[in-house]
Amino acid sequence: MLKQIEGSQAVAETIGLCRPEVICAYPITPQTHIVEGLGVLVRKGLIENCEYINVESEFAALSVAIGASAAGARSYTATASQGLLFMAEAVYNASGLGLPIVMTIGNRAIGAPINIWNDHSDSMSMRDSGWIQLYAETNQEAMDLHIQAFRIAEEVGCPVMVCMDGFILTHAYERVDLPRQEQVDAFLPPYEPMQVLDPDDPVSIGAMVGPEAFAEVRYLAHYKQMRALERIPEISADFKERFGRDSGGLVHPYFTEGADTIVVALGSVNGTIKDVVDEMRLDGKSIGSLSICSFRPFPLKALREILHSAKQIIVIEKNLSVGIGGILSANIRMALRGLIQPVTTAIAGLGGRPITKKSLHELFDKAMRGEIEDLHFLDLDWEIIRREIDRDKKARRSGPTAENILKDIGQRLNKPE
Amino acid sequence: MGNKQQETEQRVKFYQKGTFTVGNRLLNIKERSVQGSMDRKNSLTCGHRACQGCGEALGARYAIDAAMRATRNQVIAVNATGCLEVFTTPYPETSWQIPWIHSLFGNAAAVATGVAAAMRVKGRPEVKTIAQGGDGGTTDIGFGCLSGMFERNDDVLYICYDNEGYMNTGVQRSSATPPTARTATTPVVGKEPGNVFGTGKNLPLLAMAHKIPYVATANVAALHDLEQKVTRAMSIKGARYIHIFVPCPLGWGSKPEETIHVARLAIKCGLFPLFEAEHGKVTGTVPIRQKVPVEEYLKTQKRFSHLFKKGQEEWEKIAAIQAMADANIAQFKLLVSEEKS
Ligand SMILES: Cc1ncc(C[n+]2csc(CCOP(=O)(O)OP(=O)(O)O)c2C)c(N)n1
Ligand code: SF4
Ligand SMILES: [Mg+2]
Repeated sequence: MLKQIEGSQAVAETIGLCRPEVICAYPITPQTHIVEGLGVLVRKGLIENCEYINVESEFAALSVAIGASAAGARSYTATASQGLLFMAEAVYNASGLGLPIVMTIGNRAIGAPINIWNDHSDSMSMRDSGWIQLYAETNQEAMDLHIQAFRIAEEVGCPVMVCMDGFILTHAYERVDLPRQEQVDAFLPPYEPMQVLDPDDPVSIGAMVGPEAFAEVRYLAHYKQMRALERIPEISADFKERFGRDSGGLVHPYFTEGADTIVVALGSVNGTIKDVVDEMRLDGKSIGSLSICSFRPFPLKALREILHSAKQIIVIEKNLSVGIGGILSANIRMALRGLIQPVTTAIAGLGGRPITKKSLHELFDKAMRGEIEDLHFLDLDWEIIRREIDRDKKARRSGPTAENILKDIGQRLNKPE
Repeated sequence: MGNKQQETEQRVKFYQKGTFTVGNRLLNIKERSVQGSMDRKNSLTCGHRACQGCGEALGARYAIDAAMRATRNQVIAVNATGCLEVFTTPYPETSWQIPWIHSLFGNAAAVATGVAAAMRVKGRPEVKTIAQGGDGGTTDIGFGCLSGMFERNDDVLYICYDNEGYMNTGVQRSSATPPTARTATTPVVGKEPGNVFGTGKNLPLLAMAHKIPYVATANVAALHDLEQKVTRAMSIKGARYIHIFVPCPLGWGSKPEETIHVARLAIKCGLFPLFEAEHGKVTGTVPIRQKVPVEEYLKTQKRFSHLFKKGQEEWEKIAAIQAMADANIAQFKLLVSEEKS
């Protein structure tokens, strides 16, 4: 059914179609509308046989989901930013226990300074936690990825994060196609746990494991994700057959064949990138783009196949690994090991800074002329930065940078001309 | 028929000499100890790695077996990180004969909420969920999740095994460590040796403040009382809390063979009052029959030995601890029966 609704509402209604049995709700912008939407659906009886639990923290949200999932219930929660960090210990625990929980991340920056707007610092911080991470390009894909996520999680025995850009997707009203219940039921069978807490067949789960077997357990977690690498495209193909849409899978190439320059990114910014690619191709430039849907497991082979023939790769990253640069680029370089083409990192969109077509045009042109450094920060206000660095050189004032900058701006404004 | 009636109505008349413990065989069948029964479940069976004389192992065994009997073996247990978790599940072995899960140190109450929710959606209301943890996992790091579980009145019994410190990591101070007690982080040095006065949390009272259906304290020296409280807890729906006093010979410097003796002295001196409460109101207490001074209790443990150095006895501090015990006795009216008789 076609509907013009907010991204969060669309995801809430889709989760409802997946017949979750336990939903843990805790508010944090920009994810909040999803759990609010689910609360209404449960209260109205539109999601049958479902426990909706208002918990006291994100740590509890995921812990409740862990208990419910270990006891055999299909479990869901959603969070973002500070909330994801607050539950970090449980994030690792859920994957360590192999529980197929699905969690939406409404991607948002991490403070300090506190910031509610979009970037990928939150989900990136959990990239090594053993969860599968899928990034949505559009609201339609966010919905479709959730349906696939439950199936991937339950088949592989591994939790899945569906990452959707905060505000850009979660708060955008777009036309989406909401599947029918029968369609989802046919695609997503009821959860049949491999091992479950049950008095009729008692098992101990979560025992201590020492050096004698810990490495093997970790290897098997990696093996699971390698299996997911095979299943994700298959499940995406099955989804296309039943729902008639291309959604999910490992990567989405866009005019990459024969392109000299390929731009790589995660999530919604791919929409803007594609527009720029279109415009530049009209100008006769040899450029294409590649959206990565599955960041964990990371599709090394699929990426190498597409990227190896390009002369140059530009990675647009909504994160910063302070002290080295971009996380995605480092992973891309791993896919291209042994090859010589330059991989340029452009850190962009931090804390919700808009990534405009104009800036991307300039960036891509410059990069194609070879005029760009390995690590580039898109659209920085160099005036602010220079003043702060200069001031710091003259007299070090300890304390938070943001406050220093604010103080400086205030002093400049109040200075009599 | 008449006989049966008589049997259930039989009043307790005899005590074992000198202990006030009722002999199991003198009780009618319903009131007999779970552990005294051939059908006890051995939920926590032999082979675990607890220290000799571990009060926590004893408390857990009695509590969970009692819960198993009360629910016809329909129990799922969630365990916080701590001694109980570590000594019962050394890979690849387990001492648990019940469905059991360990997730993290601070989330046992929340994981149990999840298990209970799953049982509801799966249409298995007969299956009951118990969360258990040490005092550190309960009064400190797990308190947020515990308070949330209480406040939502989730259908979970939470059992805290209180050995008054972080034992699994080598005896550090928790918010359940009593004043003057020596731990690795409250060493016996400086002006105020051991743990300081005026700190700490009373979890049973905090639990009562949540107005949950049932709160009780129990002690491994009163195992029959402990079993009854667990049985009572299992008959109630909603959030329930039982706080069990469990000596730790290793952390306290008490003799392994004296665990019950030490635990009993904690009751008799008034430092560990036994009571039950429903919806925030005290409904029952176990009176003290032969009150003893706190010294008798303190002297059994090396963690307090600095109070009793020859010629340098810390009488003021001992008096302050006595005042704490007396305050408990007054608050819960623990000497009422003695005054009457
Ligand atoms: C988040 C976290 N912090 C610290 C620890 C280390 N740790 C494990 S067990 C434990 C002590 C447990 O104390 P308590 O809950 O009182 O149980 P006991 O061992 O005394 O029975 C600590 C500090 C941990 N496992 N997880
Ligand atoms: S350290 Fe204490 S609580 Fe831990 S096993 Fe030994 S006696 Fe029991
Ligand atoms: Mg302890």
